Amino acid sequence: MSEKKEYKVIGTRPIRHDGVDKVTGRAIYGADFQITGLLHGRVLRSPHAHARIVSIDTSRAEAHPGVKGVVTAQDLPAAEDKMADLGEGPVNLKYLCDNILASDKALYKGHAIAAVAATNPHIAEEACELIDVEYEVLPPVLEVRQAMEPDAPILHEHLTTSSLGDTEDKPTNIASHLQHKKGDIEKGFADAEVVIERDFVTGTVHQGYIEPHNATAHYNQDGQLTVWCSTQGAFTVREQLAEILQYPVSKIKVVPLEIGGGFGGKINVYIKPVAALLAKKTGKPVKVLMNRADVFEGTGPTPASYITIKIGAKKDGKITAAQTSLAFEAGAYPGSPVGAGAMCVFAPYNIENVLIDGYDVVLNKPKSAPYRAPGATNAAFGTETVVDELAETLNIDPLEIRLMNGAKEGDRRPDGPVYPRIGFIETLEAAKEHPHYTSSNGKKYHGRGIASGFWFNIGLESSVTINVNPDGTVNLVEGSTDIGGTRASIAMQAAEVLGIPAESVNPAVVDTNSIGYTAVTGGSRTTYATGYAAYEAAQDVVKQMKVRAAKLWEVDEDNVQFADGEFSSINGKEEQMSFRDLSGKLSQTGGPVVGRATMDPAGAGGAFATHVVDVEVDVETGKVEILRYTATQDAGKAIHPSYVEGQIQGGVVQGIGWALNEEYIYNDEGEMTNASFLDYRMPTCLDLPMIDTVIVEVPNPGHPYGVRGVGEVPIVPPPAAIANAIYDAIGIRMTELPMSPDRLLKALGKI
Amino acid sequence: MQAYEYIDAKTVSETVALLDEKGDKARLLAGGTDIIVQAREGRRTLDWMIDIKSIPEVNELAYDSDTGLTLGAAVPCYQIYAADAICETYPGLVDATKIIGGTAIQGRAAVGGNLCNASPAADCIPPLIVLNATCIIAGPNGEREISVEDFCTGPGQTVLAKGEMLVSIKIPAPQKNSSSYYLRFIPRNEMDIAVVGAGASVVLDDAKQRIVSARIALGAVAPTPLFAEEASALLAGKEISDAVIDEAAQAAQVIARPISDMRGTAEQRTHLVGVLTRRALNGALQRVRDAA
Repeated sequence: MSEKKEYKVIGTRPIRHDGVDKVTGRAIYGADFQITGLLHGRVLRSPHAHARIVSIDTSRAEAHPGVKGVVTAQDLPAAEDKMADLGEGPVNLKYLCDNILASDKALYKGHAIAAVAATNPHIAEEACELIDVEYEVLPPVLEVRQAMEPDAPILHEHLTTSSLGDTEDKPTNIASHLQHKKGDIEKGFADAEVVIERDFVTGTVHQGYIEPHNATAHYNQDGQLTVWCSTQGAFTVREQLAEILQYPVSKIKVVPLEIGGGFGGKINVYIKPVAALLAKKTGKPVKVLMNRADVFEGTGPTPASYITIKIGAKKDGKITAAQTSLAFEAGAYPGSPVGAGAMCVFAPYNIENVLIDGYDVVLNKPKSAPYRAPGATNAAFGTETVVDELAETLNIDPLEIRLMNGAKEGDRRPDGPVYPRIGFIETLEAAKEHPHYTSSNGKKYHGRGIASGFWFNIGLESSVTINVNPDGTVNLVEGSTDIGGTRASIAMQAAEVLGIPAESVNPAVVDTNSIGYTAVTGGSRTTYATGYAAYEAAQDVVKQMKVRAAKLWEVDEDNVQFADGEFSSINGKEEQMSFRDLSGKLSQTGGPVVGRATMDPAGAGGAFATHVVDVEVDVETGKVEILRYTATQDAGKAIHPSYVEGQIQGGVVQGIGWALNEEYIYNDEGEMTNASFLDYRMPTCLDLPMIDTVIVEVPNPGHPYGVRGVGEVPIVPPPAAIANAIYDAIGIRMTELPMSPDRLLKALGKI
Repeated sequence: MQAYEYIDAKTVSETVALLDEKGDKARLLAGGTDIIVQAREGRRTLDWMIDIKSIPEVNELAYDSDTGLTLGAAVPCYQIYAADAICETYPGLVDATKIIGGTAIQGRAAVGGNLCNASPAADCIPPLIVLNATCIIAGPNGEREISVEDFCTGPGQTVLAKGEMLVSIKIPAPQKNSSSYYLRFIPRNEMDIAVVGAGASVVLDDAKQRIVSARIALGAVAPTPLFAEEASALLAGKEISDAVIDEAAQAAQVIARPISDMRGTAEQRTHLVGVLTRRALNGALQRVRDAA
């Protein structure tokens, strides 16, 4: 495809379709949902990080005035030790159920134990205190290296390590060990003239979405279960509910309401099955909401990790070998994003000899959940810091060393895939030419750092239908919940095909009974895959409308063409009609036109980013101020540039938080001591400069408009870029996240 | 959140009588930025919430260049930094009112509430201490006064006895060639609780070369905000110099007995006492020099 295609709608910045409802407060979020006869649920959570549940007595709570029902794990259908596929890979069903309501052990503080439905939320809260739980408290294990020790407290008596296809028979906290090999690692290091090896530690961080989890569930008399909630994927909620409740998908309808942020954290279900259990028990609709502490303590953060990185290079900067060990905290149950981290860790570079080992390790923290390019930020913190040190050691500009080693089309990623056309080099060139990088930055305690990042992006299934209205507008029906402006970016792709303005497309995100299967909004897939489905559905509309035009004009279908929003006849008869005018003639020509498409596209194409940051370090307090930030990123083709910029800025800000202050802080008992937005320190607007963005467009050959997912990769480079900038400012390599003031003071020798 | 009774009190005597009758289970409501959160999170149990915002005395905000400032216990932060005379006269207090919470919080939160909540990290208390502020307390046995540095007795605890309430805070009129300064260290630039706070006030001679007297107070490094008495005393009569400021900062570090928690470590806090004491003193000195 041509890189200079002219578009009418794509690349413009129309007002988002859902904007008015959101800015006027009319949008209905999960907590806003109301229904007659509603009861309110509250979950009792474990006060212990690791404990055997000896007994649960709910009788006092059940007798409390206003309480309508109490549920525990006993109310879940007996969970088997089988694997269920829920869209984001296979999941052990017992683990899945135990994370909803603990059956035998509480594995983290905040683990759900029981739940109450009552006539109001205050009564439900009071009744939770009347549930008597006897615990046998066990020693917790809270750090990945400790959890891997042979004598560490064991979380799951039946968990053994699955290592490179084999399973060991000894109980352990190491759920799995994976490995990727490319070339000859020993030879690669033998060929190197400089080898740098460093260890890195990253903290546990949360997505920090503003809206807490929520769910309202109701069983009709005929057994039909309806769940209203905010989620990143109504269909994955349906699948998870079907597995956890052992209930047919045909009897479950999930209605996605407006969502106040997800960033990966609203894929897994927590209180949705609990609301369903309470609804079943009481025969009434039940709404369950989390508060902020519940969100921090009871939902998946992204894991802490311990990473070693070893990179060897020739004196000219050519990297000859790279090796890493990635140990990721899965939380209470297996399933950290170590696999994704292993895919991304050396992905930006074309390296001949690579060895990657990954470990998925359980310990007494909430089960980890996806968070924006899961695993890639941890990994890039290590790699990009070592690449920076390599550049410094060899006296090469940090952008030049990346340009020299950067991956291009045809190169093989260490975990297997061969790159199609990608735009990593272009992001480096954009950074190099940017006035930020060419400006001077010589003040004392000021420093500049750069880092790059990769995220593979995914395709997966999407469905779209388009109903043509008689006034030339269309109603676009889709199943991708909109967490980042995707109603607009999807609608615009249909509008481009149909030759109509973006405003003439009315996108609607509908429930699971009203659209074909659509996978989660995750993996930066929505503008790519659901957008692709919208493109195809619009093509289907065009095809059907050509038939109508042919009928009207009494010409052969093949003699109708469509361009720039106009149907016309070729080969003889001179006829022309706009999309709008033909839309008004559908009832005379055979009835409504509904375009449809389902997609499972394979060519998501990877996304690369390169960031430049300037910092100032207060060497007396250890505080780091971000002075200037520029992010370059390959978007393939930016459908709506404002939302691409918004995604880049949002990702950078979350990366800055991860870099500087965000972390779960635990005491020795395994209790998180900062489970609030007051003490879990996400950046506020006063902590940030304007984040400058540069959109690079190297079209993705796997999409008709060249789209690449843009949402995740911008969180990947910031911690490494900031670490490199701190080094430039004060000459100290920070290898532990967050690089909080106390850690800087220690590194500076002040405390 | 548990149910409680809301009472809109109209007078000090009515409030005192209610507090005397209800005891611990009655709490006063001014801005509510602490008490409502505490009640909702179950950190305080209460049966009566007595709103004092209809009482005239607790809303008083009056400055007189001879007698100083009367600051009613329920006066919210924004009224303080909106008053030019206060900004000019008591800049250290204004520093604190501008950084508590955020703009929305400052519209509700009262300096008196900050004092009565008695957090070791309360931003308003160190500046009140360095400004020699006193508390006017009403109780069943009439009115009494106590200096702010003696008001807090532990985290969340004060000298207020059963039936007593804080009515207002009095700050004396400033002396010639004096000023004050407060700052805190937080890892972000807003919406944090002080890891360490430091306030300073200085009185200089007419040449602005010599310190006549000074007061230093610290937050978040002990169970209560601290008046750094020795550090303050050793500045009296000294020529201004980096060395003398360092000496005071070191003396302030000696009295800090911080804990390690999720907001900072003990070592970090002790170190920051030195840094912040220097910055607070230099800030106050600069303000005197900058004054016409």
